[in-house]
Amino acid sequence: MTSPLEQKKIKIAGPSVVTANRTWDGAVIYRTPAQGWSPSLADAAIVRNSDDARALLSESAADDVGAVGAYIAPVELEEGGAIKPGNLRELIRASGVTIGLPVQV
Amino acid sequence: MYAYDELDRTLINERVSEFRDQVKRRLSGELTEDEFKMLRLQNGVYLQLHAYMFRVAIPYGTLSSKQLRQLAHVARRYDRGYGHFTTRQNIQFNWIKLAELPDALADLAEVGIHAMQTSGNNTRNVTSDQWAGVAPGEVEDPRIWSEILRQFTTLHPEFSFLPRKFKIAITASAHDRAAIKIHDVGLRLHKSAQGETGFEVMVGGGLGRTPFIAKTIKPFVSGRDILSYLEAIMRVYNQYGRRDNIYKARIKILVHELGIERFAQEVDEEWQQIRDGALKIDDAVIEEIRSRFSYPAYEKLPHMPDELRKAAHDPKFEAWRRNSVFPHKATGYAIVTISLKPVGGPPGDATAEQMDALADLADKYSFGEIRVGHEQNLALPHVARRDLPALWTALEKIGLAIPNVNLVSDIIACPGLDYCSLANARSIPIAQELTQRFANHETANLIGRLHINISGCINACGHHHVGHIGILGVEKNGEEFYQITIGGRADENAQLGTLIGPAVPYAEVADVVEDIVEAYLALRANPDELFVDTVQRLGVEPFRERVYATR
Repeated sequence: MTSPLEQKKIKIAGPSVVTANRTWDGAVIYRTPAQGWSPSLADAAIVRNSDDARALLSESAADDVGAVGAYIAPVELEEGGAIKPGNLRELIRASGVTIGLPVQV
Repeated sequence: MYAYDELDRTLINERVSEFRDQVKRRLSGELTEDEFKMLRLQNGVYLQLHAYMFRVAIPYGTLSSKQLRQLAHVARRYDRGYGHFTTRQNIQFNWIKLAELPDALADLAEVGIHAMQTSGNNTRNVTSDQWAGVAPGEVEDPRIWSEILRQFTTLHPEFSFLPRKFKIAITASAHDRAAIKIHDVGLRLHKSAQGETGFEVMVGGGLGRTPFIAKTIKPFVSGRDILSYLEAIMRVYNQYGRRDNIYKARIKILVHELGIERFAQEVDEEWQQIRDGALKIDDAVIEEIRSRFSYPAYEKLPHMPDELRKAAHDPKFEAWRRNSVFPHKATGYAIVTISLKPVGGPPGDATAEQMDALADLADKYSFGEIRVGHEQNLALPHVARRDLPALWTALEKIGLAIPNVNLVSDIIACPGLDYCSLANARSIPIAQELTQRFANHETANLIGRLHINISGCINACGHHHVGHIGILGVEKNGEEFYQITIGGRADENAQLGTLIGPAVPYAEVADVVEDIVEAYLALRANPDELFVDTVQRLGVEPFRERVYATR
């Protein structure tokens, strides 16, 4: 995971969101337009250029108590506005493991 | 089993209180993540893709039934009902909440279990042969020395901030089950010509992005001198190990860059300063540690009891017995390996219910003791051979009578991209597909001993470099690809595998492995020649041709 400081140098290539893990339980969360966090990618604030991405990341990283390791992640926007993760790693973070979890016999 | 003393119990309990306060201050915002990160890592807590992962040490792979039940309790109470046994005699919980971690640690402390030094740049959990103390022909129980090293290394102030993590493994058998040559320090217990017990010391092994097999730095160091010699090694490493580049910080790089002769000379000069000082181990201390290990009172039992003779008529039982049951030092007893590699399952995972049931079986059939091996399997180390049929029946009921130990579906795999924040590709689904591909027991038996190791990134937690067939996940243009090596091994003849060609996409991995196995079946000199020996004899070219001829 790239630190926010390093990501300030990164230029985004397309629509992106800011994601992190929730401090108290580590769950995946996304920065929302209302300056809060949501466990749902559908609620995420979308940024489309590097200046907006840096601004959203900077605002997100300021919440050190609620969220850990904020970074910019690529997404794809479908027709109708639905947001899809932009790579496999983010797909797994958004949707959970790709395997069945062990269950009690 | 080793009986911990009051000092250990106090240390563990104080550590829980300390961490409880640290977590409280983190959640209140008094500590920033930057300030807290090192503290959580020192207590085995990583932040992974979806949640915190909590790594718990199982010193030299020995667990009591009471401890295993408490691990089951932690899985059930604080996690999602299962745990993952790793390649380093640890167990990991994948979904634990930071807020509940102090309670989980307190529950584990009740049975003498902790997570200290399961992460961070210090000496990690000292590992050993999972058959220690029961393997026929071993020099002596290597856990006595593992325990001495555990006490020496735990919270050692000089070595708590090393350039990088530091892993020590010990074996006392001719056949190395502890993979000592892929550790920073590997110790092989043996006797000198004069009959004195001591160690061959190997140094600079390790996998990751720059893999090395450890080199012998000293053929014999007396047991009494092992702490001072180890301290000398670590002082040289602590002084000269690189801190400017994380990828060059491990001792293997220092040994490689200095050369083993120069490194040995530096260590020897340091050792001469300290060898007769405070670290010289008195015989009384060794005996004190030895006396705290208890051993079962074995009965005199027949090697081939009636119960076993009758059960041998059941082909399913025999299939399991052939590859799960191993010789024991006491006549009439056996070591039983419990495979955690079911067809279609994640390697190394056990549910809380399975852990509880295994604890009960250990009480009933193995003097309350369980072992954890680096192959991500468990073992019951003291099973009377007359009880093998009853044990097998009980294991069947909990889905753990899996007859594939050391066969092609006994796969070692890291958690990969499904869990791990470092991974580039998934490991578990590849393992699951391969176990399904090789689910036929007759075929697996025909293939014989064949170790597949899978890692989801270059850090090599799945030990892919030393798999007979090694599979390394890499990312190419956003897609998962896998590099395949063959001919690696992690035993006393440890060597690194050789890459057979370009990486293949996710969907082709199982086909490639099947091609390699089919090539082996056609090429082997006879049915007794193991896969890895065929590769050694012929090299990788025939396998490369088979795999890439049509790709």
